[in-house]
Amino acid sequence: MFNLFGKKRSAESAKDRLQLVLVHDRTDLTPAQLESLKNDLLKAISNYIDIDPEAVQIGLERDGRSQRLVADIPLRGVSRHRAG
Amino acid sequence: MTAQVITVTSGKGGVGKTTAVANLATALAADGKKVVCIDGDIGLRNLDVILGLENRIVYDIVDVIEGRCKLKQAMIRDKHYPDLHLIPAAQTRDKNAVSPSDMIRICKDLRPDTDFVIIDSPAGIERGFRNSIAAADRVLVVTNPEVSAVRDADRVVGILEAEEKGSPSLILNRLNPALVRNNDMLSAEDVLDLLGIQLIGIVPEDEAVIIGSNRGAPVVTDSRSRAGQAFRNIAKRLQGQEVPFMDLEQQNVLWSAIQRLTGRK
Repeated sequence: MFNLFGKKRSAESAKDRLQLVLVHDRTDLTPAQLESLKNDLLKAISNYIDIDPEAVQIGLERDGRSQRLVADIPLRGVSRHRAG
Repeated sequence: MTAQVITVTSGKGGVGKTTAVANLATALAADGKKVVCIDGDIGLRNLDVILGLENRIVYDIVDVIEGRCKLKQAMIRDKHYPDLHLIPAAQTRDKNAVSPSDMIRICKDLRPDTDFVIIDSPAGIERGFRNSIAAADRVLVVTNPEVSAVRDADRVVGILEAEEKGSPSLILNRLNPALVRNNDMLSAEDVLDLLGIQLIGIVPEDEAVIIGSNRGAPVVTDSRSRAGQAFRNIAKRLQGQEVPFMDLEQQNVLWSAIQRLTGRK
């Protein structure tokens, strides 16, 4: 996949770039809007539980012709309260 | 007999829609089917030259719609296949002369005496495209393995889904197997994975296509052409036959070996 100079072959760049472009085209959501959605979500969740904003991953994923918004939000120190 | 109406579209221009229509129509006629193709690109007609029928045009589709002639009078018979006809686009009129209901009416009139009506959609997603898909029972989306063509094809697939036209089938045109092998062109698998629709054919890049359009003789009439074979296979699949996909890779390894031996690039 990689040539001598460690550069990606162009077909791979094409596919990676298209994957991103198609998800945004299909959802009609720009990267900037997605970022603001992410911030709003984090704010809302933080009102209820303690989370580490740095560890949060939110993104659009493709599944055939449908899209999903996938969020992975690790919670901070919740288990300690339950112990004992 | 009641025709199946098939629309060929793409989003992006120049990916081979008209070539695909001319070749599929000719291949279906060669298989003994009654075929009518309609040029849906009002103002930019081209299907006539690709089929080699440009000198025979008297009436066009707008003449039919505006009542200046009967439908039969605007149907130009092919030079070689008497059961292949073309309804040409108007060259001078503005594209608002045709509406989706006009297309539905014309196709309804054609259905009883025809096996296949094949509509060549203009590029874009505007009026002409909407007209072209209005009567379609089935839509074929043509694309090339390039970022802009795949992106536009995806937009068209999205619109077709929103219009509840069902999932279209993909014709991947102008695939260059040597570039794919070198990982410098999107493969058929890549494009299918990106678009998420079913495949009906892969057409390899082939100089014979240009030679065919120069002569007004679609490449399916050239028995040695790989692209011609690919289009003939798609025509069989449209008739419900199961035809295995061509092994483009193997052919090309051999071809590159010959090119190396003979010192051609």
